[in-house]
Amino acid sequence: MTTVIEMKRITKIFPGVVANDNVDFQLRKGEIHALLGENGAGKTTLMKILYGLYTPTSGEIHVNGEKVRIDSPNKAIELGIGMVHQHFMLIPPFTVAENIVLGSEPSCMGVLDEVEMIRSVSEISEKYGLHVDPKAKIQDISVGMQQRVEILKALYRGADILILDEPTAVLTPQEVQELIFIMDKLTDQGKSIIFITHKLKEVKAISNRVTVIRRGKMIETVNTADVDTRQLANMMVGREVILEVEKKPSNVGQTILRVNNLHALNDRELPALRGTTFEVRAGEILGIAGVDGNGQSELTECLTGLRPLTEGKIELKGQDITNITTRDRIESGISHIPEDRLKRGLVVDFSLSDNMILGHHYKKPFAIRGNLNYQEIDLNARNLIEEFDVRTPNEEVFAKNLSGGNQQKVIIAREFSRSSELLIAAQPTRGVDVGAIEFIHKRIVAARDAGKAVLLVSLELDEILSLSDRIAVIYEGEIVAIMDAKDATEEDLGLMMAGAARQTEEEEV
Amino acid sequence: MKEGNASWKKIISNLAVPIIAVVFAMLVGAIFMIAVEGNPIEAYKVLFTSSFGNTRYFFETLVNTIPLIFTGLSVAFAFRCGLFNIGGEGQFFAGYITVAAVGVYLKVPYWWIHIPLALLAAIVAGAIWGGIPGYLKAKLGIHEVISTIMFNYIGLYLVNFLIRSVMMVPNGLPATPKIEQTMRFARFIRGSRLNWSIFIALLAAFAIYWILWKTITGYEVRAVGLNPSAAEYGGISVAKNTVLAMAISGALAALAGATQVMGLEYRAVQPFGFLGYGFTGIAVALLGKNHPVGIILAALLFGTLQRGANMMQSMADVPKEVISIIQAIIIFFVASDYAVRKFYRKMKAKNAAGKEGVE
Repeated sequence: MTTVIEMKRITKIFPGVVANDNVDFQLRKGEIHALLGENGAGKTTLMKILYGLYTPTSGEIHVNGEKVRIDSPNKAIELGIGMVHQHFMLIPPFTVAENIVLGSEPSCMGVLDEVEMIRSVSEISEKYGLHVDPKAKIQDISVGMQQRVEILKALYRGADILILDEPTAVLTPQEVQELIFIMDKLTDQGKSIIFITHKLKEVKAISNRVTVIRRGKMIETVNTADVDTRQLANMMVGREVILEVEKKPSNVGQTILRVNNLHALNDRELPALRGTTFEVRAGEILGIAGVDGNGQSELTECLTGLRPLTEGKIELKGQDITNITTRDRIESGISHIPEDRLKRGLVVDFSLSDNMILGHHYKKPFAIRGNLNYQEIDLNARNLIEEFDVRTPNEEVFAKNLSGGNQQKVIIAREFSRSSELLIAAQPTRGVDVGAIEFIHKRIVAARDAGKAVLLVSLELDEILSLSDRIAVIYEGEIVAIMDAKDATEEDLGLMMAGAARQTEEEEV
Repeated sequence: MKEGNASWKKIISNLAVPIIAVVFAMLVGAIFMIAVEGNPIEAYKVLFTSSFGNTRYFFETLVNTIPLIFTGLSVAFAFRCGLFNIGGEGQFFAGYITVAAVGVYLKVPYWWIHIPLALLAAIVAGAIWGGIPGYLKAKLGIHEVISTIMFNYIGLYLVNFLIRSVMMVPNGLPATPKIEQTMRFARFIRGSRLNWSIFIALLAAFAIYWILWKTITGYEVRAVGLNPSAAEYGGISVAKNTVLAMAISGALAALAGATQVMGLEYRAVQPFGFLGYGFTGIAVALLGKNHPVGIILAALLFGTLQRGANMMQSMADVPKEVISIIQAIIIFFVASDYAVRKFYRKMKAKNAAGKEGVE
């Protein structure tokens, strides 16, 4: 098998940080090569070097046996390297075809040749079996489809080597299956794929070989078939990792949260919650399982006062909190780990000190008679940084300068340090590495053992299954089933998450 | 946040772009002067000496600086809350006419009551004039740029109407009668109009610094400005802070109008158009990076240029429009700060790459 890419002794130094330290990497023709590592390990940096977005401090790159200097994405594209970023770079009001050809449009005397554009896009999508509707607008198609468009964009530009940066992070389980299918098809046609991830299961399911990177250093490249997930986890984190969550039987107390017949609209003013009803008791974790977009986001927002209800009632410890403000809800004992840390959870241009008081910034000891007390605020931050092992030079750093996992820890630290009775954890480990996941899971279980009621909303079925005491399945804004976690199986949940009744035909896919 | 006591390094790096912008603008200005057969060296000498040549000149420069400090702070405070207050002109008039009314119609025997009362009246008037667009934004989602521009016109014509009708001085001058002695700011020296307003301006700058970085209010305002969704999540009312920030912003611009009456004109004169303090405040805030210290420096620069413009025209035979060109270029350069930085980074990357290429 020929080697199409060889990166030799790549070192990249950012001011104060060695992001890549003498990394070697090889990609063979026709393989799917997983690049595995924790957040901040340097996977994306290495790939950005390959794609010409960064210049390495030292080291060489060979493409098809020839030494090259890749100083811009244009050069990378010329060499047949395409990259699909984690955050898509598409123009929502443009059509699929327009997005694909953008930058190298077929034109006739300066006028866009639409017929040729549609034809060439259809041709390329036929060729690789990536079916898209060229005339649909990006804003109207699903995230999975958008990703296809991104892949087609790279293929349209003649890419033989595809870099996919955490492609599954935004996909539903079904879409992941489709993506795997697509990737197999592409490699059948001679394309080579580099696939950045920190999810062990996916490495096993998708890749032929895997290269593990830890703290900027290349640890090993192995055949995926020769290792199991436990070994991979240990290589990635550098120590024994407990993948199973250990927890005692729950000690359930009184009902803390009672949600009755919630109705609410989503951002597009369409019904998102249609009569959601459930309870969470002290000392238990209730997991909400469901496919993305079935009302989970709206549910947490309604509970925390960030979205108005059209109907229904929310009670906390017997008190009606349906119509009180977010601040009053925080006061009455709700902690909230929001699903989107950058949108809701952090003010990224605030220091860690400032972020760690958000929500109780107006209370003693952080504020006295309207003035902020920075001695206390900084002390609080230093304590939390130590207790929650946030990796940062100091508490004055802006939140935007931390890695995703550490940003999440800042939020976890803030929300867990609050004396609350109900913890709403929405996707608490999204985009977080294995080491941090272990830590966050332990903390959630500890909160439950301390007698808090925990509402866990997650798209990761594994997470729901391993943490929850009871599991509720949400489908189209309704809780369609509630069961004990020990009675639940992945298959059953999967069926119910997809709307059990309609499942029989779809199962074949 | 500790933006206030940032390290010297950061301060210098923040100053670099504005200083480069000013130097460059003056060079371009020189080209224009040569084009109209003026002598740029002579002109800049006049500019400098007429602004800083002696105490009296320097004090007059400060007189030009005072309103710009207020309007610069006004724009900056709204901006910290993510709002673009273009209504400085209207809010200036709100303070201007209110203070004139308090000074003309209200007889108070003591200056130590009359002056605070007048300032308070101006603050309230400005807070209302700025707060209404804030409320419209918070409740109805009407963009503050549109509503504040409209409020500028309402302010301008309302002041015109009041001065031409009920408030006009009997002798037919298009102005109000003079305000009571008890409300006039004392001047420092003979031959310069510099007065106590300068201390009010510096106090306002300090107060804004304190509010923004040392109080709950400032924390909330900045949180809303940087990430309204996260602020909301933290139990901070975006609507409340929008109204509050616009009200404080309006009050600051109104103080510019108030001090103009109380320290300089002792009456409200009918404005035939916008006076430009509000608009220049946008440039001052931009150049001062929305930080009170930066705003004081930027206001001083614009104050100097405005004073120098007239002097250059009369003494160095350079049309004062050249100064407008210089101001425009400064704004242009600071606004393209981002582009300059990007260019700088690219140069650096290129140099680094060049060295690697040698191997």
